[in-house]
Amino acid sequence: MSQDIQTNAQIQIELREPEQNRNAFQRFLRRFSGNSLALIAFIVLMVIIAVSIFAPYIAPYDPAKSDIVHRLQPPSLAAPAKGGFPHILGTDQQGRDVLSRLIYGGRVSMSVAFAVVAVAGAIGTVIGLISGYFGGWVDLVFMRLVDIQSSFPGLLVALTFVMVLGPGQRNLTIALLIVGWMIHARMARSQVLTARESTMVESSRAIGCSMPRILFGHILPNVISPLITTYVLEMAHMIEAEANMSFLGYGIQPPASSWGLMIGEGRQYITNAWWLVVFPGLIIGITVLCLNLVGNWVREEFDPLQKGRH
Amino acid sequence: MKRYILMRLLYTVVVILGVSILVFVITHVIGNPVNTMLPLQATDAERAALKHQLGLDKPLMVQLSEFLGGMFRLDFGKSWWQQVPALGIVLHKIPATLQLVATALVIAVVVAIPLGIIAAYKPGTLLDRILTTTSLIGICLPPFWVGLMFVLFFAVKLGWFYTSGYGTIRHLILPALTLSVVPMGHLAQIVRFSMAEQLNAQYSITARAKGASDFAVLFAHALKNAATSIVTMGGMDLGRLLAGETAAVEVVFGWPGFGTLIVDTIGRQDFPLLQAEVFLVAVIICFINLAVDISYGYFDPRIRY
Repeated sequence: MSQDIQTNAQIQIELREPEQNRNAFQRFLRRFSGNSLALIAFIVLMVIIAVSIFAPYIAPYDPAKSDIVHRLQPPSLAAPAKGGFPHILGTDQQGRDVLSRLIYGGRVSMSVAFAVVAVAGAIGTVIGLISGYFGGWVDLVFMRLVDIQSSFPGLLVALTFVMVLGPGQRNLTIALLIVGWMIHARMARSQVLTARESTMVESSRAIGCSMPRILFGHILPNVISPLITTYVLEMAHMIEAEANMSFLGYGIQPPASSWGLMIGEGRQYITNAWWLVVFPGLIIGITVLCLNLVGNWVREEFDPLQKGRH
Repeated sequence: MKRYILMRLLYTVVVILGVSILVFVITHVIGNPVNTMLPLQATDAERAALKHQLGLDKPLMVQLSEFLGGMFRLDFGKSWWQQVPALGIVLHKIPATLQLVATALVIAVVVAIPLGIIAAYKPGTLLDRILTTTSLIGICLPPFWVGLMFVLFFAVKLGWFYTSGYGTIRHLILPALTLSVVPMGHLAQIVRFSMAEQLNAQYSITARAKGASDFAVLFAHALKNAATSIVTMGGMDLGRLLAGETAAVEVVFGWPGFGTLIVDTIGRQDFPLLQAEVFLVAVIICFINLAVDISYGYFDPRIRY
């Protein structure tokens, strides 16, 4: 009998071996098999994030340095007469290099979106976990709050906060945070409601695990994949929200720059300098599209019902 | 049914009260409009005088109760900016936005629903893939940027439409087209998805087996069952658009509607006007949601209230 079990275990190990022989990178790539679009989106996203992080080393020009003589120059690959790196995406109304501004603007856009999702995600997830696990009046209070706020459009609430706090990157982040936490709470709660009834939770309760340990050590790891999908898709929403608010003039303030603000500033020159508006919008679209593709891929790939397809 | 609607209306009142009080507290506790309304060199006495004139020097609870009392009479006070009743200004701006949003939604429905049905009817084909990809791209592009691209191409380059303004159909087409992009993408996706689901359901296979034509299966059977998700999505988009999401696009096209008004209100820190806007948005959203919920009963007779 024990012999049998051993052989079974050995067979299992043998079956698993090819997978283990691959290095981590190959295994990671295999995850994307059959979905090359998601892989491309993931790579593009990583490039955008890397460029944002290393902006000072990558940007060919100082994004704030104006050069009034060479203003509103169209995109060109030829080196400018004054020498130096070509203005690949042209220059703006003050002669600032559009590519460099895009790179630095991306830094601001991405960091606002990331900060909002990180904090709102953490707060929302914890509230959702606690609310779903305990039920009762805690749940009632939180979920009524979520209901009321989510039956109301976020833009108006965010604008109200910016109105009283004043515009700027920090206050914009706070405003979006206040609008953005609910979806995470609702998502985490709905996941906990099913996990709470599982045998796994029942047995950990039976052996006397503490509440935080059950919540964060047992339930959270098991419900994390749909939550990750929400985080990724919310990044996309927040980039759009930031662009929208900055475009209206209630987000990032000059001389700082973000993609949305660049569109807002370039708008009045659109008839004779299309490049001021076209490129920031394209990069917002590409980033949001990639986040959506990756988010959808995470949902399909880590959905427990679809596990074992590969 | 009556009982259900009554309960929903009661809930609507709670939501409107909740949101209004929330906005009131945020603006009156954190905000300090006097500083932005007066020039920098204003004296303390001038600030205090303005505060008194606006009623901001009273205790918060008194201000709140006065505000709530006014709200039940639909009186939000006079706009600080225009010195006329706030609700009147808001109601005056709504028709322009309604016109825009209605046109946009009609365009979206007329384009997205047939395309979504075709894609679901022939899943996996080239057309299906093109449609799925374009609808995703449409959702991802910032609407105000799409508007600017339309201006660049259709107004500046081709000269077919006006770049901005309000009045004729040549003013209306571009902003309406711009606003239709996102709902179009949403609707195409949801129609494609829910129709495919319904076409794979047992009853569709049975209908086909008994000899019903493709047309009948698609429109008489599947579409009616898919309608609940389609209406839900349409209602969400309609609510979003009417609730100020049109702001950036209205600004691009110089459209004198509700969205532009919201942007101006924020810039001028006009609390009474903001409260009136918030109230109206809450009412609109609640009634759209109610209408959507009631429509479920029509499309799916299993749903009863």
